[in-house]
Amino acid sequence: MVVRRDFGSRKIGGASLAQTGAPCTDKNLSYSTVMACRNPGVELDLGWVQSTRVNQPATIRRAQYLSTTRTVKKKWQASWLLRAVTCIDLTTLSGDDTPANVQRLCYKAYHPVRDDLLKAVNMQDKGITTGAVCVYPARVKEAVKYLKQAGANIPVASVATGFPSGQYPLSTRLQEVRDAVLQGASEIDIVISRTQALSGDWQGVYDEVKAFREACGEAHLKTILATGELGSLTNVYKASLVAMMAGSDFIKTSTGKEGVNAILPVGVVMCRAIRDYYQRTGYKVGFKPAGGIRSAKDACTWLALMKEELGDEWTHPSMFRIGASGLLTDIERQLYHHVYGRYAAAHQLPMS
Amino acid sequence: MAATTGNVRASGDSVPEIFESMDYGPAPESPDVVRAWLDKYDRSFGHFINGKWVKPEGRKTYQTKCPSTGEVLATTIQGEDEDVDLAVAAARKAFESWSTLPCHVRARYLYSIARNMQKHQRILTVMESLDNGKPFRESRDADIPLVVRHFYHHAGWAQLMDTEMKGWKPIGVVGAIVPWNFPLMLLTWKVCPALAMGNTVVLKPATYTRMSALMLAEICAEAGLPPGVFNVVTGNGRFGSKLACHPDVDKVGFTGSTEVGQLLRRAVAGTGKKLSLELGGKSPFVVFDSADLDSAVEGVVDAIWFNQGQVCSAGSRLLVQESVFNPFITKLKARMSHLRVGDNLDKCIDMGALVDETQMKTIKEYVEEARKEGAEVHQVSASFPKHDKGFFYPPTLITNVQTVSRVVREEIFGPVLVALPFRTAKEAIALGNNTNYGLGASVWTESIPLGLEAAVSLKAGAVWVNCHNMFDAAAGFGGYKESGYGRDGGKEGLYEYAKPSWQDRPRPNCGEINYTTFAAKYGATVPPIPGSGTVGDKSLTSDGAILPGIDRTYKLYYGGGQKRPDGQYSRPVTGQEGRVLALVGEANRKDVRNAVEAAHKAAPGWGKRAAHNRAQIVYYMAENLEIRRQEFTQQLQLMTGRSEEDCRREVDLAVQRLFYWGAYCDKYGGTVQETTLYGVTAKIHEPMGVIGIACPEEYPLLGFVSLFAPAVVRGNAMIVVPSQKHPLSALDFYQVFDTSDLPGGVVNILTGDRDHITKYLVEHQDIQAMWYFGSAEGSKFVEWTSAENLKRTWVDYGIARDWTDPQQGQGEEFLYQATQAKNIWLPMGDIFAN
Repeated sequence: MVVRRDFGSRKIGGASLAQTGAPCTDKNLSYSTVMACRNPGVELDLGWVQSTRVNQPATIRRAQYLSTTRTVKKKWQASWLLRAVTCIDLTTLSGDDTPANVQRLCYKAYHPVRDDLLKAVNMQDKGITTGAVCVYPARVKEAVKYLKQAGANIPVASVATGFPSGQYPLSTRLQEVRDAVLQGASEIDIVISRTQALSGDWQGVYDEVKAFREACGEAHLKTILATGELGSLTNVYKASLVAMMAGSDFIKTSTGKEGVNAILPVGVVMCRAIRDYYQRTGYKVGFKPAGGIRSAKDACTWLALMKEELGDEWTHPSMFRIGASGLLTDIERQLYHHVYGRYAAAHQLPMS
Repeated sequence: MAATTGNVRASGDSVPEIFESMDYGPAPESPDVVRAWLDKYDRSFGHFINGKWVKPEGRKTYQTKCPSTGEVLATTIQGEDEDVDLAVAAARKAFESWSTLPCHVRARYLYSIARNMQKHQRILTVMESLDNGKPFRESRDADIPLVVRHFYHHAGWAQLMDTEMKGWKPIGVVGAIVPWNFPLMLLTWKVCPALAMGNTVVLKPATYTRMSALMLAEICAEAGLPPGVFNVVTGNGRFGSKLACHPDVDKVGFTGSTEVGQLLRRAVAGTGKKLSLELGGKSPFVVFDSADLDSAVEGVVDAIWFNQGQVCSAGSRLLVQESVFNPFITKLKARMSHLRVGDNLDKCIDMGALVDETQMKTIKEYVEEARKEGAEVHQVSASFPKHDKGFFYPPTLITNVQTVSRVVREEIFGPVLVALPFRTAKEAIALGNNTNYGLGASVWTESIPLGLEAAVSLKAGAVWVNCHNMFDAAAGFGGYKESGYGRDGGKEGLYEYAKPSWQDRPRPNCGEINYTTFAAKYGATVPPIPGSGTVGDKSLTSDGAILPGIDRTYKLYYGGGQKRPDGQYSRPVTGQEGRVLALVGEANRKDVRNAVEAAHKAAPGWGKRAAHNRAQIVYYMAENLEIRRQEFTQQLQLMTGRSEEDCRREVDLAVQRLFYWGAYCDKYGGTVQETTLYGVTAKIHEPMGVIGIACPEEYPLLGFVSLFAPAVVRGNAMIVVPSQKHPLSALDFYQVFDTSDLPGGVVNILTGDRDHITKYLVEHQDIQAMWYFGSAEGSKFVEWTSAENLKRTWVDYGIARDWTDPQQGQGEEFLYQATQAKNIWLPMGDIFAN
């Protein structure tokens, strides 16, 4: 991939990005480590943001084309599913979360696929774990504890900033970020203010995300756009750009609590924004669809989206995550079928 | 971003290795069921005639192969003349009962076929991909669903024929000849409307792709379709001509190359057969700087790499606004690097194999020629078959070419795209229309005013806004210019398979014509020499003095003015007792040239006039004609010797007819088509452009009015040759035009030898249609000669119609002839989630 700084006619805002830019060079990513590189962000370029155009029917068509022209079967399917496992942010975000289910989740994250299945495809020593465990800020501390207990080197991601609505004072939202980091979260999934986005206050969105990024410190910033509340795909593209300009390391579709969550057309738009941003600034930003991805087939389609729109590098957990809870079960069932040629009963697979 | 995996890396295929490489593996669809069907017939097939397999002895055979593996699928036969006779006879016999069935019964049959096809959807899908080489995914998601949809849609038209096609009846036996690029889909486009309108069909599939047609014939029989209604015969191109020329074939429906279309046009000229042609294209794909560029890049994939570019409406000319040309090409190249070329039954490919080796050779030649000219040829793909058993060709983008290159001008019919920059919207339209073809076009912009204006301005039968290659049974598909005429699909497509109820199949018998010498001589019919008679006594007495009459020599009329004929000859017009009534100009080829120029000057403005304004002018004509009722009556009497009453009736009918057409000014603009698109598919009845009209000898005024008026109201400009024998009423009419505010150049009148003027009109490359009401020979000449630029023709084969009969002298047939259907596809959608 070649970085094209002369792409298009618009200049990029940040003067110092060439110095601060840290290109990803780590080719030997292990599948349970944190993301390798950061996006320092650039100055807000409103001209760029406002010039974006997204044609919804054509975008939907692209999404349909993708899902009907790319498929993987047999060994390839098994391999892709295992890769998908490593990209899962295994998530529980419920009012009734307690140490009991958080611990179960953490252990499952560390042993996402039954050993016999891994052995059957000779993947038992590849360190297959999920990409992260994702919880509410108040559960971070125990998640960190249980993962350590289990001997796992899996990052804990915490949602923050008044998740899922974001309708809280900036001061408390900032405090949430700091607290979560303090408790040991190494990834923070923040939500943008839809109030600002919908009223066209992109400067406001930019400023807040930038502030969250500062509050994160060393922790990686994953910015949830809550695309189901942005009203148009053009707004999704704009929000993606603003979030990246403000220094997000990942952009993420949804909280999982909106009416419409991770759907493929939104993925197409966000990937194009990531590509555009990369080509103009040289910074790579990761992508995380979340909410509604429940089947193994869906996971493969999302991986294909990354491969087709952004390239193979974006199929690694360093650049790609899937926010999901039930998905892992279906993947494990498919792997079972691949290995044994029979469909598994739910009770045969350890629940998370 | 370029693909980071590709054919360069040879990674292993164990799970740990694939886990690292994230390669796509093979994802094949099984051909077993198709093989079982082929084996059932020992992989040897004959024709399907009269509801059963027919395998005559001693026929040469043809081996049908799978283009991507070379596997021999079956042996089929090369039909001979008597096979055509057999099939046409079966169809003729079946026509007797099929055409008289109640509409509802025919609807039930079509519905039954649709249901049966759905039942066999998968096997048809696999068969189509195996036979043609196209990706299984395309057969599955495009071809076959469209096929099924066509049958359902036309079951509906069959049901509604009585109400929706009042005044029309079946034609007879249809000879359908279809190409290999969408073997089943394109045959369906002929068969469905043909059967729905009560015709029977003999189909000849393309040589390369015969299997799905044969399978369909069997399915139709199984669905209960009466024997002989749909027959399939196989053979070579000559065999196809034989079918087209069979005297008992009443209509030829053809899809294929422009060259073969021209051959067919000439072959059936003067036979009274109806003909529709859906031919080649070099469709523009226009990207404005206001477009969603990423989406437009995906559109290019749909436009040129769909079916390996073997699509008549392929968007093969990429026109990109200069301000975004470079970034767009960069994006496109990156996208290309992700395209996967592979085996047709693999479900993880974008492109399959070309249909045949010769096709591959032609494409290679085009690309090599461009390379030699200094063009930049970009060829890349994410994966490409490693074996050399199939006819695979990579997706290709050619830049640094201009309009003079053959790759830009000619249809390549392969996955080859040429890209050219443009500066302004006006230039984009000019470049878009700078082609002999006019099948499809797409426009990419987020600006509604620009998108619509461009869609209307591009001369093509289908214009897609922010999409490309969308098809549906409810919208007609067909071309402008050398892309042919007639439409497949929609209500507009039904007229290709029906004829006015009052009309019999013309069977003119005019023998051979020398097309070089026919009517070629100027002044041959009535020598415009002195001494051929003097204008009768028009002297009058004033204040007791006798004044000699004022000389009456009519000039030609074009560009809104009276013009002396270029040849400076005049011909006498004689009345009933041989008395010379006046002299009229004797037009020659240069007058034709001038008149066509004048017409083209007027046409765009006239076409854009508000319909209300056109109506006002036509009503005004009626008003002004009625003022001169007595004068026109007398002139008719003098010329024709008919009774005063009879002539007055002709004038009154002419006034009525002007009212009739005035009424239609604002009532035939088009419709919204109910396609499967989420959005609007708008059919616009656009003017043909410039039409040549040779008027009938009889009814000098009514014939003239009946023909020019529908052309005028639908926004055309025209050159009219009035009744050769009685031209004065038409010439008197230019005073009506002038007093009715008709802009100069909309109607132009050339007098003289009808066939001589017709010859130069029909040979003119910039006339879009020729209407000829004259002799059988002249009709044949017009049809034959029109093949050169495939202008639309409407001729009477020397069979007069009764112009006073409203059924014959006005109506839908005239509207159909005066317009061409353009379907504009406008997908909608921006509302999202909350």
